Amino acid sequence: MTAALQVSNLETHFFTRAGVVKAVDGVSFSIARGEVLGLVGESGSGKTLTALSILGLVDPPGKIVAGSIRLGDEELTGLSERSWRAIRGKRIAMIFQDPMMTLNPVLRIETQMIEAVLAHAVMSKDNARQRCREALARVGIPSPDERLTAYPHQFSGGMRQRVAIAIALLHSPDVLIADEPTTALDVTIQAQIVAEVQKLAAATGTAILWVTHDLAVVSGLSDRLAVMYAGRIVEEGPTTEVLARPAHPYTQGLLRSLPVNNQRGRRLNQIPGSTPSLLRLPPGCPFAPRCEARQEDCVSTRPPESQHGTERRLRCFHPLGEVSP
Amino acid sequence: MLAFVLRRLGQSAFVIVAMAALVFLSVYAIGNPIDILLAPDADQQERAAAIARLGLDRPLWQQFLTFLVNLAQGDLGKSFVFGSDAVSLILARLPATLELALVALVLAIVAGIPLGILAGLRSDGWIGRGVMTGSIVGFSLPNFWLGIMMILLFAVELKWLPAGGRGATGTFLGLQFSLLDPAGWPNLLMPALTLAIYKVSLVIRLAYAGTREAMLQDYVRFARAKGLSPARIIGVHVLKNILIPIVTVLGLELGSMIAFAVVTETVFAWPGVGKLLIDSIARLDRPVIVAYLIIVVGMFTLINLAVDILYSILDPRVRLADGGH
Repeated sequence: MTAALQVSNLETHFFTRAGVVKAVDGVSFSIARGEVLGLVGESGSGKTLTALSILGLVDPPGKIVAGSIRLGDEELTGLSERSWRAIRGKRIAMIFQDPMMTLNPVLRIETQMIEAVLAHAVMSKDNARQRCREALARVGIPSPDERLTAYPHQFSGGMRQRVAIAIALLHSPDVLIADEPTTALDVTIQAQIVAEVQKLAAATGTAILWVTHDLAVVSGLSDRLAVMYAGRIVEEGPTTEVLARPAHPYTQGLLRSLPVNNQRGRRLNQIPGSTPSLLRLPPGCPFAPRCEARQEDCVSTRPPESQHGTERRLRCFHPLGEVSP
Repeated sequence: MLAFVLRRLGQSAFVIVAMAALVFLSVYAIGNPIDILLAPDADQQERAAAIARLGLDRPLWQQFLTFLVNLAQGDLGKSFVFGSDAVSLILARLPATLELALVALVLAIVAGIPLGILAGLRSDGWIGRGVMTGSIVGFSLPNFWLGIMMILLFAVELKWLPAGGRGATGTFLGLQFSLLDPAGWPNLLMPALTLAIYKVSLVIRLAYAGTREAMLQDYVRFARAKGLSPARIIGVHVLKNILIPIVTVLGLELGSMIAFAVVTETVFAWPGVGKLLIDSIARLDRPVIVAYLIIVVGMFTLINLAVDILYSILDPRVRLADGGH
């Protein structure tokens, strides 16, 4: 079966005056229909840019310089802007981090939804409105008729994100990219939104790329997990496997820095140092300067990707323990 | 809404009375109009008769009280100089100034907003830099110099446009308007352009800054992710957001154009109210000065009211609150 989305060796670079920033530096992954892939990493690891690259929304001075993005059987890199536009919102949709900012404050919900319908479908305005009404009802917004004529500021944060989700799912896209959509919300609302997206995507077979820095959120949601560091995926595998037996020291560091119940009073573990500048990456493993298991080869050579079993991939010379398939 | 409008009109009535008192007293303090009005060889009898006719023999508080009582009845007195009703004197001249300001305003909107948006979208290219440099020039050129240069070029050298004067006018509600007669348009064009250049530059800068800011907002990114066309994103999402500051500034500028178009009117021998005001001040024609300022204050109030109402249409978050702060 062809994957819904197949990204191979994607490289998105920024050509700045200070030099070339390799924000996405050889990223590969695939998502099957109905599958949820969690893409985890710190700020600046390139996860959001990976997402934007898939939508063709990288602005100059940024540019996709290499690699391929396949949506079903179609290659997206090198498409004209017009062809990209036909795909955005129809076959690949995206929801963003801050629902306060993603809806235009001065336009009615109705205006913003109907334009999204009409961007990809030929129908009367009344039919489009009907479709929006159904979409709002589907994401659990009470009295959608009244809410359609409201403005974004009349909604709570959670409701706004539901509206954004309703817009994203209007055309039952093949792929939904969720860029930290729950970060700005309360914990209880987070859980609701996650459940909502999961349910809706499962109903239509939409594949989801869930971008986040929050391991707790993806652990309950994603089928597989990809951990990103300095523009590359350093570890990938089934979520339960990766969480139970992390093989990359960085993944382990991330897991250890999560606060856990019954650990009151103890200091949280943290990963020493900070993410390297993407302008001047060290020649070896970019994580090496912060890594406790670092050895000489880590500093001099960049670890290639290795396959472990059928499902786990890793970029590390000295994985922790035995990597189980 | 109605309560808001009534309240604002009440406030302006108060402002008008306060301003009237201020002007009345300060013009009184400047000097005695009799010295200017009478021929130098007038004898004592003529002088006393004139003073009695103009009511200048009564104590100041009586003069002011009479003035207030008349004001409440809509009577602003007779011009000392022309002997005719001050208000009708001004109203006869006001249309000339009004249409001059209106044409300049339309020019500022029609030229300024598209140029500003274009410059904002292409801020790194030569288009953006060119437009912004042009706007600085437009800002810096003194009005009178620009007017004289335009007369030299278009009237004297090229002989395309008349050098000054009102030209043909059409009549509407008993008032004279150049706009109503195409034969009068060439006369209107140059003064309106002179008056508009500064406003165009102002609008360009506001639209430029607004566009640059809006294009970075998440709602623009989300709109792109929906697959909307650039025309829709800029024409609806961006435009409606940047209009808010532009409307504010243009409201203020419209008022000042009407009230202080004196320089342009003088250069082009345009028979507007500005010229009348300068003459009246020179002759200490108190009724005309006071009537003029009252009309101007009334106009400012109405323009501000219109701006506030426009606000609430443009930005749903703005309520026409009765509370006010």
